[in-house]
Amino acid sequence: MQFLNKVFFSLFLALSGSSAFADYTWNFPTPATPMALDTLEVHNKFMVIVCIIFIVVLGIMIYSLINHRKSKGQKASKATGPSTKSQIIWTIVPFAILLYIDFILMGIPAYHSVVFMEDTKTNADMVVKVTGLQWRWQYEYMDGDAKGIKFVSNLSTPQDQIDNKASKGKDYLLEVDNRVVLPVGKKVRLLMTSTDVIHNWWVPAFGSARDAIPGYLRETWVKIEKPGVYRGQCKELCGKGHGFMPVVVEAVSEAEFKTWAQDQKVKLAAANAGADKQWSKDDLVAKGKEVYIKNCAVCHQAGGQGLPPTFPALTGSKIANGPIFGADGKYLKDSHLDRLLNGKNVMPAWKSILNDTDIAAVITYERNGLGNSVGDVLQPSQVKAARQ
Amino acid sequence: MSTKAAIHHDEHHDHPKGMKHWFTTTNHKDIGTMYLIFSLIMFFVGGIMILGVRAELFQPGLQLMKPEFYNQLIGSHALIMIFAALMPAATGFANWMIPLQIGAPDMALPRINNWGFWLLPVAATLLILPFILALFGVGDGGAATGWTLYAPLSVQGGMGVDFAIFAIHILGVSSVLGSINVIVTIFNMRAPGMTLMKMPLFAWGWLITAFLLVATIPVLAGAVTMLLTDRHFGTHFFDAAGGGDPILFQHLFWFFGHPEVYILLLPVWGFMPQILQTFSRKPIFGYKAQVFSLIAIGILSLVVWAHHFLTAGMPVPALLYFMYSTMSISLPLAVLFFCWIANIWKGALTFETPMLFAIGWIILFGIGGLTGLVLADVAADAQYHHSYFVVAHFHYTLFVGGIMGIMAGVYYWLPKMTGHMYNEKLGKLHFWLTAISFNLTFLPQFFVGLAGMPRRIPDYALQFAEFNAISSVGAFILGLSQLLFLYNIIACARGGKKATDKVWEGAEGLEWTLSSPPPYHSFSKQPTIK
Repeated sequence: MQFLNKVFFSLFLALSGSSAFADYTWNFPTPATPMALDTLEVHNKFMVIVCIIFIVVLGIMIYSLINHRKSKGQKASKATGPSTKSQIIWTIVPFAILLYIDFILMGIPAYHSVVFMEDTKTNADMVVKVTGLQWRWQYEYMDGDAKGIKFVSNLSTPQDQIDNKASKGKDYLLEVDNRVVLPVGKKVRLLMTSTDVIHNWWVPAFGSARDAIPGYLRETWVKIEKPGVYRGQCKELCGKGHGFMPVVVEAVSEAEFKTWAQDQKVKLAAANAGADKQWSKDDLVAKGKEVYIKNCAVCHQAGGQGLPPTFPALTGSKIANGPIFGADGKYLKDSHLDRLLNGKNVMPAWKSILNDTDIAAVITYERNGLGNSVGDVLQPSQVKAARQ
Repeated sequence: MSTKAAIHHDEHHDHPKGMKHWFTTTNHKDIGTMYLIFSLIMFFVGGIMILGVRAELFQPGLQLMKPEFYNQLIGSHALIMIFAALMPAATGFANWMIPLQIGAPDMALPRINNWGFWLLPVAATLLILPFILALFGVGDGGAATGWTLYAPLSVQGGMGVDFAIFAIHILGVSSVLGSINVIVTIFNMRAPGMTLMKMPLFAWGWLITAFLLVATIPVLAGAVTMLLTDRHFGTHFFDAAGGGDPILFQHLFWFFGHPEVYILLLPVWGFMPQILQTFSRKPIFGYKAQVFSLIAIGILSLVVWAHHFLTAGMPVPALLYFMYSTMSISLPLAVLFFCWIANIWKGALTFETPMLFAIGWIILFGIGGLTGLVLADVAADAQYHHSYFVVAHFHYTLFVGGIMGIMAGVYYWLPKMTGHMYNEKLGKLHFWLTAISFNLTFLPQFFVGLAGMPRRIPDYALQFAEFNAISSVGAFILGLSQLLFLYNIIACARGGKKATDKVWEGAEGLEWTLSSPPPYHSFSKQPTIK
């Protein structure tokens, strides 16, 4: 059978003339957590059961289709229901078997799986908050060694690959700039929420999928058993970027996790320190461009032309060219800074996603690039002050 | 009334000619024909939309369309196929066949019948209009939310969502009118002697469908109205920041959405035993068991809705309730399968096109049913949910259970409706092409879903490429094969071998006692059932 599959696919590949195809699978990916293992076992068992039912019933049908033909001289019986004792038994037996399959053979393991899956709290070692945003994930470590670490994870596949202008990499669409790092062997409780629409955080190898719903906390858990990189995707339609917000988890040993957490804290401190220093305009514009490409270009487009009417153009926009601060030194309502910090309608509130330096940089970039030339500079310290 | 008098009675009406006739007709067969033609047109519109999607998915990368447009296509495909192709086809059959089968001269409420139909083209226009407007730079196209219109995505969406909301309202009114008509007709206009338990199963299936529609359409109408006020009038039904709940929309939507599945399937489950009976020349097996199973499924379908969003997060007891109640649907459904197969058993089988479709339907719909049983398992559902596994599953239920079932019905009743036999060779070719290319399209989607491909994505990772390519090839063959169907219907309507009154050797039931095509006022003389 395996051989036949290979032949079939080689033939198909030859016909379609494409060689960039990676491996294919027929079933769930190799489980990496106890929950995924449980799910796979339950799934395999159920599949065997339904395949047996299907084959038995199909067999009976095919027997009848071959033998009970008019062309073979078959005279139609006039039975309209079971009449003799043995016929009644024949009718009740399949029904009883199905009752047994539904509520005993499938029902009992299914019950245990549900209870196992929903038990997020017992012996949980750490808590990570996952926030879905259009169209990226934000991770925040709530306790333990990594407490306070918070970052956003964006798709890192270049647009050229998506537009077929460059050849596609091995992890096409399943690669991000910042992987979420988790220690192996620890039960991690994942709290899910969202800031805009409903998303769903799904890694097939973990067997867990849970919606991230704005204004609500939902939870699931993972206990990764082997170090490695695990990839998944958003599984709830969340707008045009739905296919482009992957989940990439890097599972490492506990010691490595501690080192990673330490590194992140140092980087975070450096970034925060950056907020207090005076930046040059060129530095801000250069940094701002990076931030813009990563976070803003998906809607407002790389050249700032936007996708009206939903995503307005920044080039020549009133907000990006208007004043930021009023006479009293406070930022104005509906100013460029206000819009970035607090968002409006589809525009997210970036104050919880980007740090002061990033916000200052991207605003400076938008006012001095993308065809705009306001000429002013917004310093990170001003953003920091505006947050107060 | 003598035959001569009947003819005289027919002539007595001064029917308007041309288009005016079709606008004003109150005749159940005319209206049924319009429903069926409308359904056929929309079947191709919805089909073309999804071929665009399959073309985009043929290979990884974005080749043909932007993700925004892709999202509009998938949602509109579903809305059109469900509301404008499948439901009108079932209503068309109801109009044609229920009066014939229960021995009535017409539907009970003929003017409501006419109105029920003419609302449909309006609604379909509302579904398609945003696409056309977008071509002229007005708005940003259709609803890009999937047919489920989940809030808050739909609150955020463009003008297309408003069009979809109004289309759903109008379609809902049309369905409720049609349903009331079916209920009133069945309860009041059966021929003497035709008790409810002697009534053909098609009428039974439709009676339950009609009750389900009357029970659930208002809930959907309420939900989309709340959505409309959330979008434009500052309410916060589905906005957590204003004290609302996004999951409330899912509950309301699927309280309608799950029974909707059975609304589409029950009429088919009704006439399928009749086709099996005809071509196995054996009486319907387990009539009473089938009636009670249909009723049981109708009732169960109202209480299992949350299995459509088990990953949204629910308390364990709720998860368990929805899991076991969903599994229990398999019991009455198994009774139906048992009866269908027992109907074939030891019959004298022949394999005309309707029978081929009926047999293919039992087998493939069986796959849909069994995968549904697996999907009920909450833990495994976390993996299946919103993956291509689910897409494959519901096409095995709705394309096979719905559309292939309707095709069986079309071939079965077409000679009765037109008075001509269709081309049997082409019909058989159409069946084989449909059945094979359907499996070529959707079987790979089970595997690609298990491997981890989410649905509703315009572009995918490389490991899903082979299956998607096969699926796209299958979809195009499937789409093109339907041109045979179209040709066969048109050819049959225009001419062909004269059909006898009974058409099929093993046909049973009142509709086969009338001429082919039946007289304008079906039963001028009331038949009596012993």
